[in-house]
Amino acid sequence: MKICVLVKEVPDAAVEKRMDPNSKRLDRSGEKNLNPFDTHAIEAAMQIREGGAADVDEIVAVTMGPESAFRALHKAVSLGADRSVHLTDEALSGSDVCATGYALAKVLESESPDLVLLGQQSDDGECYTIGAVVADHLKMPSLTQVIKIDVEGNKLRCERQAEYGYDTVEIELPGVISVGDAINEPRYPSLKAIMGAKKKQLDTKAVGDVGIEADRVGAQGSQTEVLGINPPPQKQSGEIIEDEDTNETVEKIVAWLDERKLLA
Amino acid sequence: MSILTYALHYEGEFNKNSLGAVSEGAKLAEELAEELGGEAAAVVVGGEDLTDELCATLGKYGAAKVYRAKGPEGLAQPVVDVMAKVVQDNGFKYALFGGGLLGFEIGAGLTARLGAGVTMEVTSVKAQDGKLVAERPILQDSAIVDVGYVGEPGIIIGRLNAFDIAEGGDGTAEVIDVDVALEDHSTKAVMVQRGEQRGADVNIEDADILVAGGRGLGKPEGFELAEALAEALGGAVAATRAVVDAGWYPYAAQIGQTGKTVAPKLYLAAGISGAIQHKVGMQNSENIVAINKDPNAPIFEFSDLGIVGDLNKILPKLTDAVKAKKG
Ligand SMILES: Cc1cc2nc3c(=O)[nH]c(=O)nc-3n(C[C@H](O)[C@H](O)[C@H](O)COP(=O)(O)OP(=O)(O)OC[C@H]3O[C@@H](n4cnc5c(N)ncnc54)[C@H](O)[C@@H]3O)c2cc1C
Ligand SMILES: Cc1cc2nc3c(=O)[nH]c(=O)nc-3n(C[C@H](O)[C@H](O)[C@H](O)COP(=O)(O)OP(=O)(O)OC[C@H]3O[C@@H](n4cnc5c(N)ncnc54)[C@H](O)[C@@H]3O)c2cc1C
Repeated sequence: MKICVLVKEVPDAAVEKRMDPNSKRLDRSGEKNLNPFDTHAIEAAMQIREGGAADVDEIVAVTMGPESAFRALHKAVSLGADRSVHLTDEALSGSDVCATGYALAKVLESESPDLVLLGQQSDDGECYTIGAVVADHLKMPSLTQVIKIDVEGNKLRCERQAEYGYDTVEIELPGVISVGDAINEPRYPSLKAIMGAKKKQLDTKAVGDVGIEADRVGAQGSQTEVLGINPPPQKQSGEIIEDEDTNETVEKIVAWLDERKLLA
Repeated sequence: MSILTYALHYEGEFNKNSLGAVSEGAKLAEELAEELGGEAAAVVVGGEDLTDELCATLGKYGAAKVYRAKGPEGLAQPVVDVMAKVVQDNGFKYALFGGGLLGFEIGAGLTARLGAGVTMEVTSVKAQDGKLVAERPILQDSAIVDVGYVGEPGIIIGRLNAFDIAEGGDGTAEVIDVDVALEDHSTKAVMVQRGEQRGADVNIEDADILVAGGRGLGKPEGFELAEALAEALGGAVAATRAVVDAGWYPYAAQIGQTGKTVAPKLYLAAGISGAIQHKVGMQNSENIVAINKDPNAPIFEFSDLGIVGDLNKILPKLTDAVKAKKG
């Protein structure tokens, strides 16, 4: 079995994210990191490999992003991927979900995976949709928000929470699964793995290398357009108590509740 | 035709968020009657429980027509096949979804199939120069972007509870059966079990006071602290998806996008970060109190009283103080 894991470089959690009012795109200056939700997808691939129910020949981390995104790939490799593929091209800049999903599907096509794993969401765009877009292009069955995967022959038995409770769904491979963050506890990379990551194979691809039609990607090929960015409606900010002396804190909370007749 | 809205159903009943979306679609179609040139419609996919009577009731929410196709329930890809055909055959200009989970997957599939633009987590839709523009809060609701569509159709996926249900009189919708051959890949996912209720059946919807616990409780036993406080306050205990998925608390107590929506007099959140998917299920509570050790936790952005501190220290003392006060 060959598993491709889609990973994305996002602003580090410590960076306060903001939109650039001129380009109407996310300001991507500052520290960047591997999307934390994607570490669960890599871990899921590792657990399938280690679980013994399937023979995993290869785990390949795949990203689309600017030049700097190779660092996210190094991190993915340090967490267990065997090699990585970096789709990077000026033509891709400004791609929306429709364009990104198409471009990623094209790179994946060139890898012919049996299973594609993704995170539940990216920490910046939070569109929750790339998995289902990629799956439709690849004509593979797919599920998102999966919190348990059992391999049974060429099928996966998956569990997830949906609108009415927990669903159990069986999908036939090849397939595309976005994993929820409750699926596992990602491991920490060893120092050796971090050092070794830079030496593993990393292929860089441009749009033409994987047959992407350039007019279907980038800002030009996108089907949505950000027309404006506005502040949210002003809400009166709440009272804040820093807990220093807990007895005092508790007294204040009780008074606050009592004032609002919540202790009747 | 103008706007096609997906209506999710389960055990013979339409989903409330879908009814909100159908109402919204009808409202927008009327506002833009001239430009969109037609009434709003709905689409349903499923089995025998989609009776003529049930489907026709969507007319009450403003759908002029209901396209009905046979297909497996609870899975997105068969609905993508159906909606792609209905959109193409009838020239719909927009596809609309209420909040939930399936809408995201179906909308995303349609995006790929039709090469269409998509906006998700939409809280409001407005008409501008004869087209629809979707408003989407981004980056933890710190900004709202106006998103327009370049081509057709435009795909709009609503946030949970974003669209109000409007029962607009006595209309009955015309039900039109459509026969759609499913794509090969759409038959390769099979529902084994749907809607399993994990954990005890607890009732939180009638409570005036809810003490909600999240991952910050640290371990399943952490919920004892929340239960003690809830008992002292005369309320019930609620939970986040993180702790329900982890098996710490029953699914029936979950608040949020794939759980319940509540609006009690008091919502006291302990060890909850305040993710959007949780917020959408409780933001209309009258009083929101949050206890979190991280001063930057998003929940403080929408609480009336925020306490920055360790819940393990605060909750037991708070329980005692409430008991003492109530006597
Ligand atoms: C604040 C903000 C709001 C946006 N809103 C919209 C919008 O409403 N409509 C729209 O069409 N576009 C929107 N975009 C653009 C969109 O985020 C990008 O096209 C993005 O690459 C795909 O969405 P996502 O990263 O949010 O994906 P999600 O669907 O949230 O990501 C899920 C998973 O897909 C994989 N993945 C995502 N991107 C990549 C990548 N580049 N390389 C490899 N794997 C990847 C990862 O495994 C990730 O965990 C928005 C961007 C930002 C910054
Ligand atoms: C499609 C989809 C649907 C979803 N549906 C839902 C849903 O219905 N309901 C829902 O809740 N979520 C839902 N989620 C998940 C949501 O995005 C969050 O992951 C989840 O709400 C986080 O739960 P949490 O706040 O318990 O955990 P975390 O985000 O991990 O937060 C724990 C908090 O506890 C604090 N903390 C830790 N220790 C202490 C301490 N000792 N004292 C005080 N504070 C402490 C931390 O600072 C942190 O802020 C959904 C996600 C997706 C993608």
